[in-house]
This record gives sequence, structure tokens and C-alpha cells, in this order.
Amino acid sequence: MVTIENLHKKFGKNQVLSGVDLEISEGGIFAVLGPNGSGKTTLIKSVLGMVIPDKGNITVLNENIKKNSEYRHKIDYLPQIANFPSNLRVKELVKMIKDLRKPTNEDERLIELFKLEPFLDKKLGNLSGGTKQKVNLVLTFMFDSPLIILDEPTTGLDPISLIRLKDLIKAEKAKGKTILITSHIMSFVEEISDEIVFILEGKIYFKGTIQKLKTKTNQPDFEHAIASILTDNHA
Amino acid sequence: MRSRWSYVYFAFYLLLGIVLLFLNNDLSKAVITLMNVIIVLVPLIGTIFGVMYYYNSKEFTELLLAQPLKRSSIFLGQYLGVALSLSMSLILGLGIPFVFYGLFESSAIWDFSLLLITGTILTLIFTALAFNIALSNENKIKGFGYAILLWLFLAVIYDGLFLMTLILFEDYPLDKVSLIGTMLNPIDLSRTLILLKLDISALLGYTGAVFKQFFGTSFGLLVSFVMLTIWVVMPVLRIVFKSKKKDF
Repeated sequence: MVTIENLHKKFGKNQVLSGVDLEISEGGIFAVLGPNGSGKTTLIKSVLGMVIPDKGNITVLNENIKKNSEYRHKIDYLPQIANFPSNLRVKELVKMIKDLRKPTNEDERLIELFKLEPFLDKKLGNLSGGTKQKVNLVLTFMFDSPLIILDEPTTGLDPISLIRLKDLIKAEKAKGKTILITSHIMSFVEEISDEIVFILEGKIYFKGTIQKLKTKTNQPDFEHAIASILTDNHA
Repeated sequence: MRSRWSYVYFAFYLLLGIVLLFLNNDLSKAVITLMNVIIVLVPLIGTIFGVMYYYNSKEFTELLLAQPLKRSSIFLGQYLGVALSLSMSLILGLGIPFVFYGLFESSAIWDFSLLLITGTILTLIFTALAFNIALSNENKIKGFGYAILLWLFLAVIYDGLFLMTLILFEDYPLDKVSLIGTMLNPIDLSRTLILLKLDISALLGYTGAVFKQFFGTSFGLLVSFVMLTIWVVMPVLRIVFKSKKKDF
């Protein structure tokens, strides 16, 4: 599905990724974890082509992503911070993104799911953070792409929306899609993900199931397993 | 661009056109006054709007970058959106009052169209320069600073330096130097073009005669427009080039 080979990226003097090799197979939910500033977002943005790597190769669905924009038809991406043009209305934004990609009717179901109907005619600048995140989710999930990338999807969501989001993610997984998630909410990750990828100091430190991580670190629960990696490495 | 500001800008030109016509009561005179305003104001507005638009739409740009769109089409689209809406404001805002005043029956129509054409080109040039500056500077304040400095340099300081060199080397023949110097600054070039078209080059004295010989001919006009086109194309190419390599 996604193959990353020897990925290097430097921002100024700050070496963020130093030789990442990662193979994401088709189907399932993969959680990308790591301390703040470990390069999670940079890794995801490299896959999306928003960050241009210094070195290395990335292929998505057997297509090299270099100098290519068509492959993004197959990716749904949820950005970390939902900031939209503040003078657009929700309805207009949804329509615009549909015009850019392809026609779909999924948005109506999602708008209903997240109870966004009362906000459709409001300007995006007047929405609360959580509501913006819901709009963001609608924009992401309304296309039926085989690869879904979610950067901190839980930010600002109330408990009921969080449950709906989890159901949504599980439903997408059941369709056989590949889903990449970053999150700092460990309970969320533990509940939802099949495999985790742990990034530390610009390298893949661990990749495997949560069970494997628990055995490796000799910790009874997931949260402590992650914490023990961090204390062992003085991060 | 759904921007309130382009309407304000439009209204401003509309008002300016009406007031100038009212005060001057004569088309050609109003054109001369307008030239002075346009030559300084159009680059300033183009610079500020370009920088402001880029920084304000940064998050939106990131949203677009995740969509299956080419980078060059995203940035060229944004650039054209700003530059063309500013140009429309200029053309319509000034055009409407002049047309109602009877532009089409007057002899000033060519002078006036030249004024609008150079105004549009200046908008294209300075919006492109502003986008370049914004693309190269992550820091908003720095970007704004550089953009204003650029405008100040081309609109004011360049003239000063130019004049100083002319005075310093007045013992030498300077026709060629001053011609080239004028060519290298789009604002100066536009000003000279319009002044000569308005047939008031007598005011410029001896240099005016040299200039008239050059810019007055169709060859000079052609060279000037080629220069202005280069001034548009170069920064636009850099937008495309720079945007392909930038991280978001």
C-alpha cells in the first residue's frame, strides 16, 4: 500500500527524519506514535507530497509520488489543525472540495451523523474548534478512497462525536481500507488500532501489534509500555 | 477571491475617477493626474494585497495541497485570482466614470487605454513579486517588511539613486545609461511610457528628446512592452519553481 525507503528530511539544522523505512500493507488501522517533534506529521506530510524529502523513495499503491499529484485521488487526508477560509460557508466549502475531486453523496450522511445541519449556512470563521473539526471529518470521509490518513482526529471532539468517529473508522476498516492515524490519546489508539508504528528520533523504533509491544517492554498495559520506551530513551 | 477589499479598491477608483473629472473638467488633464496616482499606488496595492492574501490563505493552501492538484496550478491560480481581481477593480473603477464622461468621443482614449494597460501590467508585476517574497519568508512580519521595502525602493529610492548618478557623472554622455536605467525599473518605465504618449515630453528637456527618439518610436514601445512582460514572466516562473520545492 505505502512503501517508504530510506527517508531523510532536514528543516534547517534540525534533522527530523533520518532514514525511515516503512512498509504499510493493505487493510487495517496503523497508528503512528512518538513523542512531540519526533517527525510523525513530517512523515505523513511526506507521503502526501506536502513536504519534499531530501532523500529517499515513497510509493503509494505502486506509484512513485515524486512529481506526481494524481495519486492523491486515492488518499483522504485529515489535517491536524482545521483552519479554513473564514469567509466561506460550510456548504460552499463542501461543494468546492467536491468540485476539486469528484461528485459524491456521502457528505449528506456524514453531515447528518455529526449533526452539522444547523451550521451549513454559517461562515467557517464563526464556528467553534470542535465544529470545525467535524467539518474537517466530513471533508475527509466523504470520498471513498482506499487510503485514509488522519492527523490527530480526536482534537476538540465531544464524547458523543468521538464515539461516532470510532464507529466511522471501524466501518471504513471493514470495507478493507488502510487507515493511518496519529494521536496522543493512548486509550483511543489502543482501542482502535491493529498495529502501531513508533517513531523515535527520526527512525522507526518499533512496528508491530500492541501485544508485541507489551511483551517487548515487559509492561502489563499499553500506556506504560509507551512510557517505558520514552524513559529508557530519555526522550 | 471573495474579498471585501477588492470592492473597496474598486469603489476607491470609482470615486477617484469621478472627483478628478469633476475637478479638472477635462479628460486629458485628468489622465495626467491619474497617472501620478496610478504609478505609485497600483504597485503599493498590488504588493500589499499579494502578501496579505498569501499569508491569510496559508491554511487553505495546505488543504488544497492535500487534494489531487498540481502545485503550480494551486499557486498560479491564487496569483491570478489576486492579480486579476485587482486589475478588474482598476479597469472598471476608472473606466466607468471616464466612459460616462464621454471618453469614446474624445482624443484621450488612447492615452487612457495606455494608462489602464500599464496599470494592469504593474498590478501583475507587483503581485507576482509580493507572492515571491511571501513564498520565501515564513515570517509574516518579515515578509511584509521586505515587500514594502521593495515597493519603496522601486517607487522612490531608485529614482533618487538614478538622479544622483546622473548628477555625479554629468560630464559624460548619459543618454544610454539613463535609457537602460529607466528600462530596469518597471515603475519608471511605465511613467516614461505614459508621459511620452501624453506628448508633454518637452517638459523633460534634452533627455526628453533622447527618450522621445527612443520610446516614441514603435520600436521603443515594443522594447518597453517586452521589458514589462519580462518583469511579469520572471517572478511568475519563480513562483512555480519555488512552490515546487517548498515544504508545508
